[in-house]
Amino acid sequence: MKRRDFLKNTAVFVSGVSISLSALEFIDPKELLAANPKLRWGFLVNTYKCVGCGFCVKACKIENDIPLEAHVTRTWVERYVMTKSGETIRDCPNGALAGYTSKLLDENASGMRLVPDEEITQAFFVPKLCNQCSTPACVQVCPVGATYQTGDGVVLVDRKWCIGCGYCIMGCPYGVRFFHPIERVADKCTFCYHRISKGGNTACAQACPFGARQIGNLRDPNDPVAKAVMNERVGVLRSEYGTKPNVYYIGLNEEVR
Amino acid sequence: MVEQVAQMVVHGEAWTIKDLFVLPNEYVYWSIQIVMYPYMTGLVAGAFVLSSLYHVFNVEKLKEIARYALVFSFALLPVAMMPLMLHLQQPLRGIHVMMTPHFTSAISAFGIVFMTYACIVGAEIWFVYRKFFVESLLRLEAKSERSGFESLLLLIYRVIALGARDLSHKAIEADHKAVKLLAGIGIPVACFLHGYAGFIFGSVKANALWMTPLMPVIFICSAVVSGIALCIISYAIFMEIRKWAARRGKSFLLPDAVAHGEHAVDVDHLRSVQSHEVTMTAKYLLIFMTLAITLELLDIIFRGYTAVKSWDILRDVIYEHDFVKIFIMQYGIGNLLPFVILLLPGLTVRRAVLASLLVLFGVFMMRWNVVIGGQAFSLTFDGFMHYHLPIIPHDIETFKEGLLGALMVITTPFVIFYFLNMIIPAFMEDRDTH
Amino acid sequence: MKNHVWRPLFVVLGLVAGILLFRLVYVPADFGTQEQGYTFGFHRLGNEQEWKDYPAKYKNNSYCTECHDDKVKSWEASAHAIIPCENCHGAAFGHPDKPEKLTIDRSRDLCIRCHAKLLMPSSGRNKIAGIDSEQHNAKTECVECHNPHNPSLEDM
Repeated sequence: MKRRDFLKNTAVFVSGVSISLSALEFIDPKELLAANPKLRWGFLVNTYKCVGCGFCVKACKIENDIPLEAHVTRTWVERYVMTKSGETIRDCPNGALAGYTSKLLDENASGMRLVPDEEITQAFFVPKLCNQCSTPACVQVCPVGATYQTGDGVVLVDRKWCIGCGYCIMGCPYGVRFFHPIERVADKCTFCYHRISKGGNTACAQACPFGARQIGNLRDPNDPVAKAVMNERVGVLRSEYGTKPNVYYIGLNEEVR
Repeated sequence: MVEQVAQMVVHGEAWTIKDLFVLPNEYVYWSIQIVMYPYMTGLVAGAFVLSSLYHVFNVEKLKEIARYALVFSFALLPVAMMPLMLHLQQPLRGIHVMMTPHFTSAISAFGIVFMTYACIVGAEIWFVYRKFFVESLLRLEAKSERSGFESLLLLIYRVIALGARDLSHKAIEADHKAVKLLAGIGIPVACFLHGYAGFIFGSVKANALWMTPLMPVIFICSAVVSGIALCIISYAIFMEIRKWAARRGKSFLLPDAVAHGEHAVDVDHLRSVQSHEVTMTAKYLLIFMTLAITLELLDIIFRGYTAVKSWDILRDVIYEHDFVKIFIMQYGIGNLLPFVILLLPGLTVRRAVLASLLVLFGVFMMRWNVVIGGQAFSLTFDGFMHYHLPIIPHDIETFKEGLLGALMVITTPFVIFYFLNMIIPAFMEDRDTH
Repeated sequence: MKNHVWRPLFVVLGLVAGILLFRLVYVPADFGTQEQGYTFGFHRLGNEQEWKDYPAKYKNNSYCTECHDDKVKSWEASAHAIIPCENCHGAAFGHPDKPEKLTIDRSRDLCIRCHAKLLMPSSGRNKIAGIDSEQHNAKTECVECHNPHNPSLEDM
């Protein structure tokens, strides 16, 4: 009898230690936001202003030590060309690291494609970067707690703890994650956390000559980004995934995904 | 400063060909090893379920294959982990899954479910074979002169017997009870082990092809199917080898005879057992196959009927790009053909093995079409990615995640099984067990 | 000998205890559920500081002005004043100690990032003066005729 009791106690103790109760609790992010009212980083992209020069992509890669020659990038610029026949053609050669300098649209294995000027109805550029979602799908699926959200809403990757399983890359609906070719761990845009947390600007926003990119504090009513989000018609990418992005776009339309 | 044009191959680039509009960071990140992973886990779970059919539900007809299936399931266990380790970018940190599990992730369950499952299978084997352990132990101890190999064997038996040498009727009865209990617990755990492998895919909301609640169930059914099929094939082949080896006296092919003496093997008896077990098991294969195919077809029909936004690109992938892989290789060769072969009257061992081989291929193609097919299109629904399996490796990456890495994963369980068979003879017949 | 059935369980319990003990030693003390809760905030706290300490490569225009205010003046009055110095002159990290001189990108490729003529209605690109790079003096560098600090065509 004594032995049985001992076993029972051991079992209870062990299960109690190994599976903490918090594992079963899905925390409401709204509650969390309310708990930290002072700072929440947000980003504003004005697609009308973007000219597709790609300075942001280059600056980002240099600032964050992503090798220029590696075909992955933390931020990129897409080109959208719409034709009179109702077709939408998109391209993004090498993330627009060298900007858009040709009328030829890069369709990868299908080759280059030229759309005659008279066929074009509208055409524009859309910069993309990590949306630093309020309920990030990538963080939810990390099996080891190597990627996480900071108190001010930035999603980071712990390079010393990441096992490189790629689940977060699969889980991100926006394709912003990749394996760093040298560090060999998952990597993504950090909103230049090292710069913004010291009062600086992100490398991409600073490099943009046209003010198409802006970072700001969504909790500060006097912040230009917060104001724009409040007063203008802005949209976010793929709200259907329920990830609640914090990168807002001016001039978004249905074709942008 | 001019941009460098030198190449630096990032993970996934070596085997991905992009077509039309694909985001710059999109590659086929989950490649052949992630196809192997649910496949191998499925084999483990399926083999275990087969053995449990006998132990729990007393399906007497499966008696001989059940014991074999149990040991083979144990040999497959470490291999289920192998593809994951080969796939990780930081394999040495794999232990983090056990150290800081983040339970909102399906993968984090792996460490715990897998360990639980391993313990259950290990314990079940211990109870099934305890009598044999003790008998062998006593036999070896009684020997006045022991070879080096026999001494090693004795040492192993001493350790794994855990000092429990009681062979009284009562003790043996207790063993049987424990086996039944463990096999009973084992079935849900095996289903969970594999169901959660399905959950890993089914819960990725970013992937239009993967996200369906049916995924775990489909995975469980096809797991049982592939597990049973592999047991039929390997059982028939091993028995064939044993018959051949027993006739010719090639005892190195009979690991249990190496360890325990020639008397363990009898040719005529082997033949009748083989044919009976294989044809019986084939019946169970049919039942689970029907279930698996029904669910898979339901999934495709449902997607086509509801036709939400992603259907346009999924239709392109399913009916055009992957048509041969899905409808010819998976459903035609892998499901329909073996179905007909198994249903034709007068089933022979040879035909059952052929059908099982096709089934194994079919389930492999199903895993392939899910894992690779799910990455065959861009997140923007506007482009495609074609996967090219690296055949000749030119660096460690293309070895690990190429044909050779996959073959390594496939062959390992048989190597393990060979050595395991010396200690735990899977083909041992024991008339008074149960 | 009576209770030999429990022996495998003891082995398992030993294993579990071993893993938990190893965990105590292996996992850093600051690893745990932080501000954002278990779902989104389960991590090693020290990593946040590691990211904050990441070295910045780009300074900004005011840093350049500290020494080069003469150069800055001409540029400031031009239409190119919207382009940050470091876009063409390179990231100033370490300068002026190491590297002593920054490598300036004077290439045609740099200029046509904005000035290659593309029809982009509904985009700011349409408002920028553009050339067809293959037609417009294709063999010469832009800087041979145009002054990047004062690109005005009247002043040429």
